[in-house]
Amino acid sequence: MSQVLIVDDSHSIRELLSSILRRAGFEVTSANDGKAGLHIAKESAYDLVITDVNMPEMDGIELLGNLRKLPEYSFKPILILTTEFSQEMKQKGKDAGATGWLVKPFDPEKLIDVISRILK
Amino acid sequence: MSSTGINDSGMDEIRVIFETECNDGLDVIEAGLLALEGGDDNLDTVNDIFRGAHSIKGGAATFGYTNIAEFTHVMETLLDKVRAEELAVSPPLVKIFLESVDCLRAMVETMGGGSYDEEKTEKVKVELESWLDKVPNSESPVAAIEPGSDTESAMKAPESRCWKINFVPKNSFLLNGNQPQYIFRALAELGKVSLKPNYSNLPPFKEYKPEEMYISWEIELEANVDKAQILEEFDWVESECLVEVNEEKRPQIENYDRRAEDSRSADSSSGRRKQSRRGAKKDSGSIRVDIDKIDSLLNLVGEMVINQSMLNNQFNNSSNSEEAFASSNVELEQSLSLLERTTRELQEAVMKIRMLPVSTTFNRYPRLVYDLSSKLDKHVELKITGENTELDKTVLEKIGDPLLHLIRNSLDHGIESPEQRIAAGKDETGTIHLSASHEGGSVMIRVSDDGAGLNTKKILKKAIEKGLVSKDDTPSEQQIHDLVFHAGFSTAEVVTDVSGRGVGMDVVRNNIEEIGGRVDVHSEAGKGSTFQITLPLTLAILDGQLIQVGGEVYVIPLLSIVETVQVNMDRINVISGSGIIYRLRGEAIPVVDMRKLYNITGADALDSYEGKQLVIVESERRSIGLVVDGLLDQHQVVIKSLETNFIKVPGILGATILGDGTVSLIIDVTTLSAPISNDKTNRLEH
Amino acid sequence: MSDNEKTQEELNQYLTFVLDNEEYGVPILSVRGIQGWEKTTPLPNSPDYVMGIINLRGEVVPIVDLRKRFDLEVIPYGAHTVVIVVRIEQENKQRTVGLVVDAVADVHDINDEDMRKTPEFGEKMRNEFVRGLGLIDEKMVIILEIDELVDWQKVPGGDQVLSTKETTEDETENELVATEAA
Repeated sequence: MSQVLIVDDSHSIRELLSSILRRAGFEVTSANDGKAGLHIAKESAYDLVITDVNMPEMDGIELLGNLRKLPEYSFKPILILTTEFSQEMKQKGKDAGATGWLVKPFDPEKLIDVISRILK
Repeated sequence: MSSTGINDSGMDEIRVIFETECNDGLDVIEAGLLALEGGDDNLDTVNDIFRGAHSIKGGAATFGYTNIAEFTHVMETLLDKVRAEELAVSPPLVKIFLESVDCLRAMVETMGGGSYDEEKTEKVKVELESWLDKVPNSESPVAAIEPGSDTESAMKAPESRCWKINFVPKNSFLLNGNQPQYIFRALAELGKVSLKPNYSNLPPFKEYKPEEMYISWEIELEANVDKAQILEEFDWVESECLVEVNEEKRPQIENYDRRAEDSRSADSSSGRRKQSRRGAKKDSGSIRVDIDKIDSLLNLVGEMVINQSMLNNQFNNSSNSEEAFASSNVELEQSLSLLERTTRELQEAVMKIRMLPVSTTFNRYPRLVYDLSSKLDKHVELKITGENTELDKTVLEKIGDPLLHLIRNSLDHGIESPEQRIAAGKDETGTIHLSASHEGGSVMIRVSDDGAGLNTKKILKKAIEKGLVSKDDTPSEQQIHDLVFHAGFSTAEVVTDVSGRGVGMDVVRNNIEEIGGRVDVHSEAGKGSTFQITLPLTLAILDGQLIQVGGEVYVIPLLSIVETVQVNMDRINVISGSGIIYRLRGEAIPVVDMRKLYNITGADALDSYEGKQLVIVESERRSIGLVVDGLLDQHQVVIKSLETNFIKVPGILGATILGDGTVSLIIDVTTLSAPISNDKTNRLEH
Repeated sequence: MSDNEKTQEELNQYLTFVLDNEEYGVPILSVRGIQGWEKTTPLPNSPDYVMGIINLRGEVVPIVDLRKRFDLEVIPYGAHTVVIVVRIEQENKQRTVGLVVDAVADVHDINDEDMRKTPEFGEKMRNEFVRGLGLIDEKMVIILEIDELVDWQKVPGGDQVLSTKETTEDETENELVATEAA
């Protein structure tokens, strides 16, 4: 079973994503900010990381940068989940090494499509 | 909910989480705004506010609350200007933001059904937008929201079309220095893009060449463009990839929204707003627990398991031989006392889970003071201390309204107008100090103001008018102050918009006594008043005095016991037709016979009182004496509700299980009706 | 699934007990346990058939004397006197109650076709307590409607006390809400 790590400071979004992904058969772990996300990511090798951008402590971009520095996450897919739709933000995400981004609001079915494709 | 398979109840749960989250976010925003108003110019504060609005927007869009998403979007955009220092913080700006918070609260409140004032909301939104117009350079990282703009995913964009682009780069795609993201960026300039990368063509790692491209994309473009415009973007990599462009129906994510819409329309006419809010408050049966508290629980349970295995071992050893039995007895005793300690600690730890800092309630008041002081044209500073003091969740919930009333009362009646204050040689800004602290086994909450103090003359005059005090009485100052807690007593000369409507301090007092607390007032003319609330730490445990009556053991809450005296028959007076009183230091205290009250068999003749104990309890500011056979220990007891398996029994607060496993009843002091209960002024007799 | 099947089978099982030489039955699924009579803590201001409360594994449980409940002759408790602890349902709320009976009799299977409608019992027994009569060989067992047996909401004075309490609370709350709105 593929393991997915969700990093978002919003409890409801975490719950929503987790339940969607669990129903789709993924094993889901979640963290409420970048710092916790990094900590958890180090403990186990996740097949996919989905992170929010705007978070206290450590934001998604910083998390991405930190994850990409780790050998076990150099090639892992990491998706950014964001409401922001600015070019700068995307560029930042790309530069930090995001594999792709998901825009809130998301369609659960499509989300699963995206993720299933990545985790095939 | 087709393919996601989340059932409605699951979704409802998440919705409740979202609602809580919105309210928390709004609290943060509000606290931040009030801090800005108070002169805080820390950038972090603005960032906190911004993040709060941003999170609400994201969640609202995800859960299909378009109204909230759109509203917060405008707020966020404006906040971004503040963050970028393009717009300075000013009182009118804070005011419009605070009004926005109110609008959002109303919208959040009605998420589960009901209606809010859409007209007002729209007005506030327009005003927010007009603020945006005032900012010279209106470009910002938060996408603009001109009418018809379709760049923001959360917003409705009626004209936009939805395109599905299948983009399959050839393996050599990267060789020319091309990057797929260049195209994506270009597309993003047309409208909203979301990408679904397809990794299915990735070769096994061994065959993988980093310089080659194996990924293809399914691109969704929501934009008001035609096919040719899209194909144009792929023009220069045409030879390096396959591109298919098809138009698609707009993706529907409105599944989540539908139910909300339904219930909204169904409920909107019936004006059930207040009720739904109440309902929402009630179902907040969950509690957020600090991880440390859970850890300490786990540790204690661990210790108990060890204890248990120790006991097991000792039992097994002891049955080996007579000598072993004797020696293990000592060990057994030690283990038992260890187990006892762990059990007690475990109990305390479990109780702590229910404890929350009072700040969760106190946070409501800065806004109240802000609103009221501007309404009343008074300058008032609210000082809060001890906000980390913890109280049981139930107690906290019930203390909110009484506190609200006390603060409102201080603002309205306590603090004088700036002119009056200056004339009295005081600072024109009045101070209300809200504090919480542990004192003994209780929590004290005080609302103090440096206002005019209670007007003794006016109170006395009114009390005489109302017949609460007779003309010839000469009550002490404190006794007069206490009169404000009498039912229907309100000193406001004009029934003001703020604290009038006949809700007096008696309601406050009743509310506080209902949760086992008490309220007192201390006031000094010209210097101010302090209302002091004493509360039990928790409703689940209380400090009790065990007493014996007949063959039964009862528990009296320690907090309500004033003192205990040995009955002296000379001090007993029988008043024909109304009952027995006991004279103590000039006070006439009605006596209640526990045997009669609880139908306990045994002699209850008056002369049998000699040598018994009279426990004097205070209820509703009156003293009552309870005749008991004997005083036993004082214990902390866990309150078990009778209503779990039975019904509420008049006069009984609940039951508790004593150390020997028997059940004991806890006396509800507030319901004790003394035989001469009509005489409300028994404390004024001399 | 096996749970459901088991339930189906048990649905027709009844624990029977003796009360004043008559045999009564309660659905076995509602029985949580059987124990000897122990001293209770008396409850003031409660119906006389409520003997008081006991501690049942940390839970406070009321004890009802069925003879008193059925207005039968009251006899002193003896060696056979037992308390049947049952789970009843009232307004979607599960409650635990102990029933004092003369003695426990047996466990019987009674199928639907062996159930008879309740004849009028007259003064001796109130009909609302009876679900029906069960035929076991030649014997008749009175099957009780236990949810009705101790409907606390119908306790004389009970619901009155409850409703007054609730009204006062509501009023206070409304008043505070009213000022809050001001």
